[in-house]
Amino acid sequence: MAYEISRRSFIKGGLAAIGAVGASSIPVPAVVKGASQEELATLIDIRKCIGCEACVEACQEVNEPKFPEPKKPFPKMVPSRVKVSDWSDQRDVMDRLTPYNWLFIQEATVTVNGEEQTFTFPRRCMHCQNPPCADLCPWGAARKLKNGITRIDADICLGGSKCKVVCPWHIPQRQTGVGLYLDILPALAGNGVMYKCDRCYNRIEQGKLPACIEVCPENVQKIGPRDEIIKEAHSIAKEISGHIYGEKENGGTNTIYVSPVPFEELNKAMEKGPGRPHMKPVEDSMAHADNLAKAMVIAPLAGAAAAVGKFYKFTKTDNESEGSGK
Amino acid sequence: MKSLKRYELSGSQRILRWLYVSLLIVMGFTGFGQMPIFKRYYIADIPGMAWAGKFYLTHYIHYLGAIFLLALIAYAIIDYILSGRRNLRLTASAYLRIAFLGGIVVTGIFRVFKNLPDVVFSPGFTLFIDISHLGFMMAYLFSAVFFLIIKSGWIVRKSY
Repeated sequence: MAYEISRRSFIKGGLAAIGAVGASSIPVPAVVKGASQEELATLIDIRKCIGCEACVEACQEVNEPKFPEPKKPFPKMVPSRVKVSDWSDQRDVMDRLTPYNWLFIQEATVTVNGEEQTFTFPRRCMHCQNPPCADLCPWGAARKLKNGITRIDADICLGGSKCKVVCPWHIPQRQTGVGLYLDILPALAGNGVMYKCDRCYNRIEQGKLPACIEVCPENVQKIGPRDEIIKEAHSIAKEISGHIYGEKENGGTNTIYVSPVPFEELNKAMEKGPGRPHMKPVEDSMAHADNLAKAMVIAPLAGAAAAVGKFYKFTKTDNESEGSGK
Repeated sequence: MKSLKRYELSGSQRILRWLYVSLLIVMGFTGFGQMPIFKRYYIADIPGMAWAGKFYLTHYIHYLGAIFLLALIAYAIIDYILSGRRNLRLTASAYLRIAFLGGIVVTGIFRVFKNLPDVVFSPGFTLFIDISHLGFMMAYLFSAVFFLIIKSGWIVRKSY
């Protein structure tokens, strides 16, 4: 029932998005216009996941038109230590994140009440509320949309991989030999395009569910307004004495996991490494920037005050010397 | 009739100029460091320069530099309005540099604003401020080098 309500409100939001765009001449994506400042988040109840990988297959199928078709041979890179990243011959890889696999099933076997239990759960981009990948992208290729999606524009991305470096989970994956860099200085700058989950932004624009959510036979995931999703996550966590991941991580994300076992234990038990993100606690990566931004408001006032002070002092001294001259 | 005379900076003004040039160098370097080029091109491999390849660190320094630069620019503007205008005037090359610097500052402010939580710009505007920030910086850099070569300063003394 709760799933239906969430779905209804989600579709309602999507229709509002389409309507809002029709009423506006400003060329921004429907999701940006129609989200009414409301971020959509997903809830992943890992108790329900059976690891069938239906979501992974659906993700690959639906997003296939977005997948890279690199030109080979790749341009010679300068300097030669710059490595190419080529997944085009390994498109079937499903057990990690790649440019052709934006979602995979992670597995962790932990001991619960003396019994070994294996949990499986979908992993992909967390869609942070203040995503460092989008904030720090020097080209504006990675952006956050008002509905809480963070996506990388494959037409603009140069594949520098900075987004992957600054992402606390190192989610984006590079494919060499594709994208804008080929038309600029292919040997000297750029190295392809970065790819990751875009939470099916184009399906959401049409009022549809992301493919992974739609096909899941166990209703592991649901999507809805973030405050509702958070409320439900806490309600489940309270009911099962469970744990939440994603609500506070990196300052808050739009992917909320609920688990009956602590995420520290899951994190220890899961296979981690390139393309296989951790589940450690993550501090807000952009907190330093937010704090310094406040100082930037005060800085010009301080500068102006110093100049006024100097002028006042100068005028006073001038008047005093004139007065003593009389 | 007014004529132009080169203006000799006072001691404190020389310090401010040194501070301004130093800040611009730091801002330029850490700004370029926002692009993934320092590791690729061995800059971060130079002993003592490993920090240049750390994006969060260069970003932090860039923000710190922006704080000082904003304070310095505000000081220079108000100081010029209150006391400088009486005896000094800006050169044509100064106006051009002010335009480029203004572009850097305005787009930089939008970049900072964009990085705050809950602030989302449209993709087109995000792209515009990202590219134009770099564009204004490059324009300023080239103009500064050019005016340095032709020895065109910012201000001249008014004489009647």
